[in-house]
Amino acid sequence: MSTMTPTRAPHPKTPAEPAAAPGRVGGGLFDPRQLIASFPDALRKLDPRMMIKSPVMFVVLIGSVLTTVLAALDPGDWFGWAITGWLWLTTIFANLAEAVAEGRGKAQADTLRKAKTDTVARRLAGTTEERVPGTELRIDDLVVCEAGDIIPGDGDVIEGVASVDESAITGESAPVIRESGGDRSAVTGGTKVLSDRIVVKITTKPGETFIDRMISLVEGAARQKTPNEIALNILLASLTVVFLLAVVTLKPFANYAGADEQTSLIVLTALLVCLIPTTIGALLSAIGIAGMDRLVQRNVLAMSGRAVEAAGDVSTLLLDKTGTITLGNRQAAEFVPVEGVSAAELADAAQLSSLADETPEGRSIVVLAKDGHGLRERDQGQLADAEWIAFTAQTRMSGVDINGRRVRKGATGSIVAWVREQSGTISPDADRITDEIAEAGGTPLLVAVQDSAGARVLGVIHLKDVVKEGMRERFDELRRMGIRTVMITGDNPLTARAIAREAGVDDFLAEATPEDKMALIKREQAGGKLVAMTGDGTNDAPALAQADVGVAMNTGTSAAKEAGNMVDLDSNPTKLIEIVEIGKQLLITRGALTTFSIANDVAKYFAIIPAMFAVAYPGLDQLNIMRLASPESAILSAVIFNALIIIALVPLALKGVRYRPASADQMLRRNLAVYGLGGLVAPFIGIKIIDLLISLIPGIG
Amino acid sequence: MSPVLAGVLQLLALIAALALAYRPLGDYMARVYSSEKHLKPEKWIYKAIGANPDTQMRWPAYLRGVLAFSLVSVVFLYLLQRLQGMLPGSLGFQAIDPDQAFNTAASFVANTNWQSYYGEQAMGHVVQTGGLAVQNFLSAAVGIAVAIALVRGFARSRTGELGNFWADLVRGTVRILLPISVVAAIVLVACGAIQNFAGIHDVGQFQGGSQQWNGGAVASQEAIKELGTNGGGYFNANSAHPFENPNGISNLLEIFLILLIPFSLTRTFGQLVGSVRQGYAILGTMAVIWIGFTALMMWTEFAHNGPAFEIAGGAMEGKETRFGIGGSSIFAVATTLTSTGAVNSFHSSYTGFGGGITMLGMQLGEIAPGGVGSGLYGMLIMAIIAVFIAGLMVGRTPEYLGKKIGTREIKLAACYILITPALVLCFTAAAMALPTPGNSMTNSGAHGFSEILYAYTSGANNNGSAFAGLNADTQWFNTTIGLAMLLGRFLPIVFVLALAGALAEQKPVPETVGTLRTNKPLFTGLLVGTILIITGLTYFPALALGPLAEGLAS
Repeated sequence: MSTMTPTRAPHPKTPAEPAAAPGRVGGGLFDPRQLIASFPDALRKLDPRMMIKSPVMFVVLIGSVLTTVLAALDPGDWFGWAITGWLWLTTIFANLAEAVAEGRGKAQADTLRKAKTDTVARRLAGTTEERVPGTELRIDDLVVCEAGDIIPGDGDVIEGVASVDESAITGESAPVIRESGGDRSAVTGGTKVLSDRIVVKITTKPGETFIDRMISLVEGAARQKTPNEIALNILLASLTVVFLLAVVTLKPFANYAGADEQTSLIVLTALLVCLIPTTIGALLSAIGIAGMDRLVQRNVLAMSGRAVEAAGDVSTLLLDKTGTITLGNRQAAEFVPVEGVSAAELADAAQLSSLADETPEGRSIVVLAKDGHGLRERDQGQLADAEWIAFTAQTRMSGVDINGRRVRKGATGSIVAWVREQSGTISPDADRITDEIAEAGGTPLLVAVQDSAGARVLGVIHLKDVVKEGMRERFDELRRMGIRTVMITGDNPLTARAIAREAGVDDFLAEATPEDKMALIKREQAGGKLVAMTGDGTNDAPALAQADVGVAMNTGTSAAKEAGNMVDLDSNPTKLIEIVEIGKQLLITRGALTTFSIANDVAKYFAIIPAMFAVAYPGLDQLNIMRLASPESAILSAVIFNALIIIALVPLALKGVRYRPASADQMLRRNLAVYGLGGLVAPFIGIKIIDLLISLIPGIG
Repeated sequence: MSPVLAGVLQLLALIAALALAYRPLGDYMARVYSSEKHLKPEKWIYKAIGANPDTQMRWPAYLRGVLAFSLVSVVFLYLLQRLQGMLPGSLGFQAIDPDQAFNTAASFVANTNWQSYYGEQAMGHVVQTGGLAVQNFLSAAVGIAVAIALVRGFARSRTGELGNFWADLVRGTVRILLPISVVAAIVLVACGAIQNFAGIHDVGQFQGGSQQWNGGAVASQEAIKELGTNGGGYFNANSAHPFENPNGISNLLEIFLILLIPFSLTRTFGQLVGSVRQGYAILGTMAVIWIGFTALMMWTEFAHNGPAFEIAGGAMEGKETRFGIGGSSIFAVATTLTSTGAVNSFHSSYTGFGGGITMLGMQLGEIAPGGVGSGLYGMLIMAIIAVFIAGLMVGRTPEYLGKKIGTREIKLAACYILITPALVLCFTAAAMALPTPGNSMTNSGAHGFSEILYAYTSGANNNGSAFAGLNADTQWFNTTIGLAMLLGRFLPIVFVLALAGALAEQKPVPETVGTLRTNKPLFTGLLVGTILIITGLTYFPALALGPLAEGLAS
């Protein structure tokens, strides 16, 4: 039983996840209807105690209140009301962005809550069993779960084995095996036992279980600002102060210039709101939430936003060889005959001798004989009076005796011994070939035959690890992004080197023990590098905790899940690469929108400054390069553009900017062109169009 | 030769001279600040002031050194002026009034050299040479020391140690400023600048009055005035005075001296952080802005606009005929893009746009190339801001020169960029809002506003040049500009040194192809854009009401 691995159907993609093109992080889902649905939440967020978290938007809120009061004092002034209305919209749009981002998590949380129905636990008290509510369980309590029971809390199986339906958490319908001891002992509260009986030792308090944490994570309740987000907020706040000073001090300057009338408090407030970085201020928290959400959509739970940010900075990836870089098993790649034997003869013998070998390696030999040498697959029944010798771990060979001919295939040592036993000869060729294969990192299997001509070795089967398709390209991509991949394997250095070379990884750690892994991480970190790794076993836990990004497989032990800062519900180690890309995309989105936001200011000045001062200094009308219709329409257009751009960018903030792995130079050049230059130019066009529309309203143009 | 061609040739000659000096001087300065050895005279100084030049200082200690030394300097300079009447060699001048003495002391210690006094009518040899000229050396050396401390913050890791302030101060003075000044002074004397301790000469009667000429140690003070980006002239006419700046050659030499150390320090920076290319990127940023501003200035000043300008061949009002429009424009841009503030022409008389260029130059924070030391640290702060915003766009949390720009770093950089705009705008607004300060304006309208805006821009940015026209010798202006100069100098230094400490404590982040490369032309372009947008936009409304309104009025 202990060799059994949980088999699972390929994970069905969650509906929210579009089929991602290779090498590109797909965006999240954005549906304009979400804007309407989240509107009430957006209004609720107008609470100043919540607004103060974003200093930029708090200033806009104060501005909105101020202009409302001013407009109310002069109710006949349509301009004052128009500005007031659009300032309120600016504030609400910002809240809307956040509400939409959070709304998507809420839906997910509701699904999870359903799984967390109040369960009744069958607690073991000594030898007797008592029924208690799941919420009363304490750490180290023992509970019994049988087929049909919902597991009442997180814990480890200490007795028995059962198949468990974890679809409530992973969305994966195929059941998994959970058993006592080893790396598959962890069970999650809220999942359902489908068969057999297990005894679970509870490891978490109620309310702190995995499912509870998941709910609070996807809801954003546990969301804390990440370090980079805090730093960006500081910069935005200081820019806000700078612009506040520029606008406040403008009043005495304008009075001196004789532009007192044109610089009413309403106009100055409008100018201030246009200048402070509202675009990024409004979208900043939505970007962060959406980043976490993109991970959730890929079935990855980040326990902290900090880890997502760190993922963008990772410069070393530690990847386990088996299952991540290579397919799980070695496969036959080549038949190499010794001198005097034809390839077809060897293939035939290899196939015959492997029919009784049900291991993946054995099957791959049959497949190679068929695909590479056109030998039709025979099954054991087809050959009458054949005596099959099945592969066992003890004999380490398999074969068949048929019509006085005995064919054997197996490990070098076993076959050599067998041939010698039959007093046959070992061709010196065979030695050379096996050495060559071993040097190339492969595993040689000998094929031998005994017939009328005596016992002899026919040739060698070259078994090798098969690198997953597309891995080399993935690693090339990572290299272009400046990320070094290190393959971790238990193989000997020779084999490891060969696979590393074939897969295109930058480095490898052979014959790796958990201690070696830990030492490697510490060495990389001492050089200032950030390290990401995946792991599932208890012995991975220290390394997972030490790594900057530690992704625990959901199939892993609770110790591993506890130690990592992310959990992959699909238990797919390759996903580490996607996690890194999502981290980068999050940071790029933040930077791009900040750049865009700041670059926008130039055009707004060209709209508002002439509107305010062209009366005092007619020459300044030359700055009105957009030829806006009137001072009022110019200022209003700038304010409207400033508000609408927030809504226009909500999808971008939620989906993240387009991201393709590339070097920093290429990415910077592209993003600067799109968001820097675009940010300079776009408002000139936008404000002009809005102004054209406004001037069509009778009585304004 | 047409005046335009003459101007362009002067500019090219200047660029060539700066390029020649760049490597040797930059490398030499790097050696000065990393050498282990002390020169004999330096040891005497250390003994005299009781400092141990070999102890390493963390940033608070370094800052204490800067502030204590500067405080003592202010007090010393203040007392020297207040006691002038009792000192020998005072040429009969009396004690300076308290508000003006404070203003002058603050001004020279803050490397600003704003002068609300007339040198030849107020200051004797002792104050000029024993007080002001000495501060010209020391305030410049303080600036370089702070810049070097910040560079060490980038270069060092896992330590909070930034070097020794006393050693940096003394070495900068003894090994860099003094030797170059001596050579420069000799060349200036050769050009015709005066150097003596003669008294006041009556040089006869003129229509409407008499004229007096002062002798003095002019050439020596002139050399360090430019080299240390100080700018306080011996005479009120500053570098327009023939005793200070006799001819076209001396004019070019003075501009060369102004720009020499600030530009070359980028090489020193590159050497100390282990990549001269990083220095080139910073140099490139400075050079693009400087050349761009100079070209704009020459264009606007040469542009013939109206019959008077056409006859004069350009906007010659307020400019010396011996320098012409070219030599004056290059000087005006060099002096306002550094914290020098020396003038060889009157910025108030420039075209509206020309005056605007001088103001914008200062408002950018004087970082292209900026004052000695202060230009480099100001530019590095802007680089941090640029890296922070754009660095995110490469998908990593921002880092510069292998150091993470995290919360603490950005907090300090953000405080730095807040200070001067706050000082300039608040003081100008106060001056405009209050009833009396406006009486000091000699012009009305936009030009009058420019005078006051220029004064606080110059003070808070430690430039020291004046727009002329403004009567700044009032209690209000002496006090507020004095405060602006002190706060505009030392508050940023507090944040720079704190930042240096934070950086030096970090462990370095290795560079990969995923790292934003800050040694490339792309980064230079980005940095120029960031500087123009972030600092430029701060002042756009104010500039619109001053020089822009004036320049666009036709």
